[in-house]
Amino acid sequence: MLKDKLADVFNEPDCATNQAKSAADKKKGCAIKGLQPGAAAGGCAFDGAKIALQPVVDVAHLVHGPIACEGNAWDNRHAASSGPQLYRMGFTTDLTELDVIHGGEKKLWKAIKEVIAKYNPPAVFVYQTCVPALIGDDVKKVCAVATEKLGIPVIPVDAPGFVGSKNLGNKLAGETLLDYVIGTAEPDPDDIRPTDINLIGEYNLVGELWQITPLFDELGIRIRAGITGDARYRDLTICHRASVNMLLCGQAMINVARKMQERWGIPYFEGSFYGIEDTSAALRAIAALCVQRGAAPDLIARTDALIAREEARCWDRIRPHADRLKGRKVLLYTGGHKTWSVVSALHEMGMEVVRTSVRKATETDKAKALDLMDGNEDALVQAIPNPEMYRMLREGEADIMLSGGRTQFVALKARTAWLDINQERLYAYAGYDGMVELVKRMDLAVNNPVWAQVRAPAPWEAAP
Amino acid sequence: MNAAVLTPRKAASVNPLKSSAPLGAAMAYLGMAECQPLFHGSQGCTAFAMVLMVRHFREAIPVQTTAMNEISTILGGMDHVEQALVTIAARAKPKLIGICSTGLTETRGEDVGPELKILKARNPELADVGVVFAATPDYAGGLQEGWAIAVTALIEAFVPETPLPTDRDQITILASSALTPGDIEELRDIAEAFGLRALVLPDLSGSLDGHVPDAYQGTSYGGTTLEDMARLGASAATLAIGASMRRPAEVLEARTGVPTRMLDVPLGLAAADALIVALREISGRPVPARLRRQRSQTVDALLDSHFYYGGKSVALAAEPDLLLPWARLFAGLGAALPVVVSTVNTPELAAVPAASVTVGDLEDLEHGAAGCDLLVTHAHGRQASSRLGVPLYRVGFPSFDRIGSQHRVSVGYRGTRDRVFEIANLFLESMDHEHEGEDDHAGSHTASG
Repeated sequence: MLKDKLADVFNEPDCATNQAKSAADKKKGCAIKGLQPGAAAGGCAFDGAKIALQPVVDVAHLVHGPIACEGNAWDNRHAASSGPQLYRMGFTTDLTELDVIHGGEKKLWKAIKEVIAKYNPPAVFVYQTCVPALIGDDVKKVCAVATEKLGIPVIPVDAPGFVGSKNLGNKLAGETLLDYVIGTAEPDPDDIRPTDINLIGEYNLVGELWQITPLFDELGIRIRAGITGDARYRDLTICHRASVNMLLCGQAMINVARKMQERWGIPYFEGSFYGIEDTSAALRAIAALCVQRGAAPDLIARTDALIAREEARCWDRIRPHADRLKGRKVLLYTGGHKTWSVVSALHEMGMEVVRTSVRKATETDKAKALDLMDGNEDALVQAIPNPEMYRMLREGEADIMLSGGRTQFVALKARTAWLDINQERLYAYAGYDGMVELVKRMDLAVNNPVWAQVRAPAPWEAAP
Repeated sequence: MNAAVLTPRKAASVNPLKSSAPLGAAMAYLGMAECQPLFHGSQGCTAFAMVLMVRHFREAIPVQTTAMNEISTILGGMDHVEQALVTIAARAKPKLIGICSTGLTETRGEDVGPELKILKARNPELADVGVVFAATPDYAGGLQEGWAIAVTALIEAFVPETPLPTDRDQITILASSALTPGDIEELRDIAEAFGLRALVLPDLSGSLDGHVPDAYQGTSYGGTTLEDMARLGASAATLAIGASMRRPAEVLEARTGVPTRMLDVPLGLAAADALIVALREISGRPVPARLRRQRSQTVDALLDSHFYYGGKSVALAAEPDLLLPWARLFAGLGAALPVVVSTVNTPELAAVPAASVTVGDLEDLEHGAAGCDLLVTHAHGRQASSRLGVPLYRVGFPSFDRIGSQHRVSVGYRGTRDRVFEIANLFLESMDHEHEGEDDHAGSHTASG
């Protein structure tokens, strides 16, 4: 059954990466590629599924596996909740050697009962992991029995780590929502509006969703569900009655967007709230689609007015930093749309982007990046090996690196300013306010007086 | 009085106290010089452990994975192990690769150890790389146990069985996972005060102590070298710190004949005294004046602090090696321990000065901690702390929401003195807040400056 699911998500027709592949490569799927023993990085499918579903804040997330899968990982991300905190608690069957010998189904059943009795969640998400998958625990069956006997939805998330990468896990999480959650309840018929939207693949990391919601509120656009940022279980069950889907972080949950279009006729578009132009484009796309779906046509003019006002306000707030950032050199080491979406703001600051990494970027992303880099193909790079990155930074080829946590210490040990723009970041960078925040953080990082202190050699090592 | 050890039959562990055994093994390997730990499992096994260690140490954590998938798990993963070893040897150029298995590979029952020789023999690029294997299924024990298994494996792999002439000025310290890099540095300093050079295994003080190397390095930055391992047989004695080091110590003594002394983590006056007595006997030298003075300072700290500990209730959760000295410290200052939780059932738990010790999770701690004055556990206690409105004092791994924990010293007289004061100040601070309330100065923080 899981095999069929895997084949299904590998064959995603709307996935640009998949479409670009040869027939032979398509057969290989997206799971195994890139996982070279001794040189692999990143999480497993379970990790990806958990990342995608954990932001559902009012349910219990129960991990069926040995201690590593939850004990090493719970409460480790910054997805924010505006209310319930149950999602931050760690629940696991903590399988022991005896459980492995005798099978873990009974323990799982008991664990589900305990969690419901103690914490009374609207639903329980049960995550399958490698060890119980290997010994043949039938998590789907246990969940079905539990749902029936205990009277609340107990949802199996069948994405054991060894089936593939984090990205695959994201997609399997999406399949879980489609199979068990979305469309399982109906909203009050009087409470359906043409301006209801879902945000698919938005996880409200460090509360960045809330940098956007004031704009939506002003336009009268309602987020029916974040899928899954700050989501309540009930919102997800009725979100098939939204008018428009916006797909953020396209690689992760495209299957959800496409299948919701297929099943319920909800149009979707891919967009992003990183960068000023992206934010404006996304707002325009939402407005246009809502109008197509029956919203009052003045929404478009009101959106344009809001964009004009917010863009101007945003640039006004960014400009004071320009003098302090002008001429500074940036190494942009991220991927996907971020390859280019923050470049224009950096250019506006008068900063020079010395390199931008185009890992995980589509051809469209690459073209946009190349255009912004004045056609300089050398500035577009794939992965930079850590020693080379260290050398570049140590020798001052960049004044600051924007990247993810994985390369943080390459920059810091090279005594170079660094800013986290990936998922573990502490500050929110979405929308217009987010871009102002990013520029401010960059200013604070690169102009911190610490750099002179830490770069100076010890007095006894200074040249005579 | 012996503590009753309770093992509740819960099916769902809620808010785990435990980290995994392979994580512990990998951390022990990171205390070896120029080492690259390798998890034999799915890539997630490595990623989760790596992320948690990065958040705790705020350092790059060079761990790798054999990237097992469903098919290789069923068919057997030795070719993944081989490929990983060759790739790592070429890319990171380590002196040592430390392999730890995971629940995934142990469920199938793959025995990697015996095959390593064959792998090394047919891959000449592995000739100069030490390779060691520790069997650490995720479903048995936690961080402390995995760490101990790795230390045992290192001894079996790299300590020769041929006896060496004894160097009277050299001792071996087998360090439990309960010790921070700062603790290890302090132990080494204390040993030096007796004229003893300490070889520490594993030695996080050289690798995860947060320093800035002069060049890029893709392996651990420092730690115990294989040359050090070869010299352990020359030590005058082995100090095994923490009960989890008993098994490694037995193996080391059997191989080298060097006599072992088991010590508790030397936090608290009595435990620190036991360390000093041991060093005095091994070295045959008197206790140096500065240590005598430090002991006197620690006694003074206990005197000044006991007012604030007396009658307090403390909820404590930690792995056994850390639990015991902390429990004794609080009990020895007149605080009660109404709820004590640990990760695994070991004989030492009965020695905890409390009515009972629960082998459980942070839910057990939280349920017992209502009305307590202080929570003492690792950073994951933060949710219970905010729900209960009880302050949290962070001990153990992980401490991901505070920085500098790798340098925190809790051992010896100085470590004890500083920790006793620090916690007394937490009690004082909450008393200040209570008085503010009583005096109806609510909302005003001017009283405390």
